[in-house]
Amino acid sequence: MSQSFRINGGLTDRSKPINFTFNNKKMVGYEGDTLASALLANGQRLVGRSFKYHRPRGIFSAGSEEPNALVQLRTGAYQEPNTRATVTELFDGLTATSQNHRGSLGFDFMSVTDLLSPFLGAGFYYKTFMWPKAFWEKIYEPIIRSSAGLGSLSMLEDPDKYDKGFLHCDLLIAGSGPSGLAAALAAGHAGLRIIIADEDYLLGGRLLEEDHNIEGISGQDWVLQALAELTEMSNVRILPRTTIYGAYDHGIYGALERKTDHLAHSGDKPRQVLWRIYSKRAMICGGATERSIAFPNNDRPGIMLAGAVRAYATRYGVATGNKIAIFTNNDTGWQTAVELVAKGVNVVAIIDPRDTAPRAHISGVAMIMGASVCNTSGRKALNRITLTNGQTLNVDCLAVSGGWSPNVHLTCHQRGRPIWNDTIAGFVPGGDLPVGQFVAGAANGDMTLGAALKSGHKTATLIAKDLGFTTNVSKEAKADDENFAIKQFWHVTGYKQRAWIDLQNDVTTKDIKQSQAEGFRSVEHLKRYTTLGMATDQGKTSNVLGLAVMAEATGKTIPETGTTIFRPPYSPVAIGAFGGRERGQHFHPTRLAPSHKWADEQGAEFVEVGNWMRAQWFPKSDDKTWRDSVDREVKKTRTSVGVCDVSTLGKIDIKGRDAAEFLNKIYSNPFAKVPVGRVRYGLMLREDGICYDDGTTARLAEDHFVMTTTTANAVLVYRNMEFARQCLFPNLDVHLISTTDQWAQFAIAGPNSRAVLSKIIDKVDMSNDGFPFMACSNVTVCGGTPGRLFRISFSGELAYEVAVPVRYGDALIREIIKAGEEFDITPYGTEALGVMRIEKGHVTGAELNGQVTAFNVNMNNMISTKKDSIGSVLSRREMMIADDQVRLVGVKTVEISDSLASGAHFVAKGEKPTTKNDQGWVASVCYSPHFEQHIGLGFLERGHERHGEIIRAWDGVRGTDILVEIVSAHMYDPEGGLQRG
Amino acid sequence: MIINHPLLGPRDANEFVHLGDESLIDRPDGMADDAANKFHDYMYLRDNPAGKYRELWYHDAGDRSWLVVTRDTLTHEIFNVELARDVARARGRSK
Repeated sequence: MSQSFRINGGLTDRSKPINFTFNNKKMVGYEGDTLASALLANGQRLVGRSFKYHRPRGIFSAGSEEPNALVQLRTGAYQEPNTRATVTELFDGLTATSQNHRGSLGFDFMSVTDLLSPFLGAGFYYKTFMWPKAFWEKIYEPIIRSSAGLGSLSMLEDPDKYDKGFLHCDLLIAGSGPSGLAAALAAGHAGLRIIIADEDYLLGGRLLEEDHNIEGISGQDWVLQALAELTEMSNVRILPRTTIYGAYDHGIYGALERKTDHLAHSGDKPRQVLWRIYSKRAMICGGATERSIAFPNNDRPGIMLAGAVRAYATRYGVATGNKIAIFTNNDTGWQTAVELVAKGVNVVAIIDPRDTAPRAHISGVAMIMGASVCNTSGRKALNRITLTNGQTLNVDCLAVSGGWSPNVHLTCHQRGRPIWNDTIAGFVPGGDLPVGQFVAGAANGDMTLGAALKSGHKTATLIAKDLGFTTNVSKEAKADDENFAIKQFWHVTGYKQRAWIDLQNDVTTKDIKQSQAEGFRSVEHLKRYTTLGMATDQGKTSNVLGLAVMAEATGKTIPETGTTIFRPPYSPVAIGAFGGRERGQHFHPTRLAPSHKWADEQGAEFVEVGNWMRAQWFPKSDDKTWRDSVDREVKKTRTSVGVCDVSTLGKIDIKGRDAAEFLNKIYSNPFAKVPVGRVRYGLMLREDGICYDDGTTARLAEDHFVMTTTTANAVLVYRNMEFARQCLFPNLDVHLISTTDQWAQFAIAGPNSRAVLSKIIDKVDMSNDGFPFMACSNVTVCGGTPGRLFRISFSGELAYEVAVPVRYGDALIREIIKAGEEFDITPYGTEALGVMRIEKGHVTGAELNGQVTAFNVNMNNMISTKKDSIGSVLSRREMMIADDQVRLVGVKTVEISDSLASGAHFVAKGEKPTTKNDQGWVASVCYSPHFEQHIGLGFLERGHERHGEIIRAWDGVRGTDILVEIVSAHMYDPEGGLQRG
Repeated sequence: MIINHPLLGPRDANEFVHLGDESLIDRPDGMADDAANKFHDYMYLRDNPAGKYRELWYHDAGDRSWLVVTRDTLTHEIFNVELARDVARARGRSK
């Protein structure tokens, strides 16, 4: 089988043979071939099996609308299922395999489903598999799952790269057929910045696939001439292999450029690029797609669209058969016959349901008028057709044309509805085009060449004028208008064999009628019940045919029936392309704390906190488990001194004459009278009265505060404060700036923290009177480096936080460690931080989870009633301060050896764990080295009155049920003497 | 979508965060006698028009301005973009 179907002519380069394999069979094609044209040249007709009935299928079209010829491309991790052979450029070493069969392509065990077809009509899955009920999970679902789908995934990570980009232009032209090229020439000469994109790797559209004359030269030569002109223009960007897949708001278009899909290896280059194109105007020049006619057994390999047969002959130099018949209801099928005959291809007959032939004579072709094809035969490839007049013809290819559907998709992506045009028997764009969008050529219903060139040129010229380009009017290219008469003839009725409408989803005329009979009258219901147009081809060759048959069944007209909604993408886009570079580690940016390098040198384990990497604990060689490390860090800190990087907390600088007044509105507790040099704990509410965030805010000057927020809420708190500043209190003299990234800040905690810091901080009286609890000051450190010192404590110990500009962060942590050597200072991570704050009873996000109020965390008395702060009014709603609400408590296990889990529910002893008996929950837990047992914080109904009570912590998820003692949340140093000392 | 920022010109909607109804500017006085009822309406009652809508957007990946954008919820046409601070002042927000 060596390209026995090649004929002369076409745009494939015969001097450049290309080797490829299909189902391990070695074949040869030429540069310029698609996989489909090369398979046809090699006489390979059977290329796949249909979705539902596993019917043998061949190549149907010559473009992106292909429903049948879906293959698996490449191997290993590069394997890609459901690739359309008709748009796959041939490259050396290409490997393709057929899909959706068990056993070989020629003998598919699953083709038994074809015999069962009477039971598998529209909606069969809504009616079967219903009983016995127990069969679903064990029997039906596994069978369905293994039968469903077409190709298979490699299950390996996609090794290809994808990228994204942004483009801007005055005019985007989607499609490079006659109207697109005419538009590009007009707009390009006028000086507009234009982008012309085509999904094909060659520009020219149907001019490559049909024989035409423009301005006295061949259509193909005219294309070359136009491209030569456009390439010279610096204001023109040509994007071949690029599909404009979606029309979005305000002139934004989505485009997928296949950069290296046509190469054996993409090397370092991205495989595909997803472009977001910002256009002032856009022209849709997407042409039209041919559709079939529904007649009995119209799905055999060898039955193809007439335009595709013409394209394979003209563009690729491939005859799709040795004996070809044409079945057409319009004049373009006749043009196919003329061109095939001119190329020496054997056309046996042309069959046309119309009574009068549009031509008197085509040499060697029988003209059979007033007849239709009513059956076909040939199991794996077509070998005979039967006509309604009783005639039979032995043919190996049947070219069918049921008319052309303008590609209106991009005009409808914003819910525009196309309107029916009876003359061309197709939907054309309606009045509601997306803003800035225009349509020209066949996509607009200008089906003939002369009209397409004219509308492309004229529309682009109008756009140029509208955008203020003093039009350098270029000459319009002229060509004749070919015949385009059509009879609305949709299907051949009166025969019992199935007639396919949607080849990819195996929807037949019978399914459409059945769906109508069962009451699915709306076209949207028809689509969902029959799955018409829901396959990867989105019904490009079948939707209009389905609508027409539906209209006939319901006795309505096609316009009354209407179309389903068009949604992006126009053709499939790989998920990888939408992901671009944002995958794996690059899914979001990674933020490193100022001491990260140092912590890494210490062998710290890190944990992701939002985008941050924070040291979780610092293992030492004698630590057997992570708990050993954490317990050691806690004990060292509580007995001597520890240091922790707290730079990840949100930091907001607040300045202005009214800064104090502003904070008084943001925080629920009073802030107006915080003295300079003091820090205050602040509780922030949402306007609905729920706790939002907490933190400390330091007053460094009359008009200067520094706020800290939790790490997780840093961005949101800042946003809310800007909202309050700009929208609620627009006349306050206050300004905000986020300084989270500008300051490195370290907590130094423990009885020896003062001694360590005295060696670091310059010239500050560190005594308890000189720098008391909740004091703050601008300082210098290490002999002159500017910094800030705060005496605040999250651990409950005597503690400080010291901040320096972030560039000194690494140096400062090393200085602190050096200064702390004599006290055996320990660095501690987020785990030890968490243990100490639970011991101390400080709340974090685990407690302030967006569902609790200040009342719940026993801080209701902090909310000032003497001022109007955000959330204060609604925090006083009855339900939120009712006596039986849950309150923050501490819990300790009764048995020292028991461990606690957060999420456990509080249930009284002897009661069933039901929703009704649920009294609250455990929010945070840890092993406390201080108490030498597991402890936690939780919320319990009237919990503040129930200290000392023994209750169950029941955990249905983990299957535990233990006794706990309710205690005050302030378990460690409840009087606070340590932090004040 | 493209939002024509009054200070920065046309910017992609990706740079913004959407909040909701511009009536959030009209925060009631928390010290008034009927504050509870007023705040209930302020927090929970919203119109949901099919058509022109005035809503708050925040230029998060930009200059951090809050904007009032007048947009058609059916077509996404944007008629007007204002600085929320100017709108708030024009409404007579006292502070």
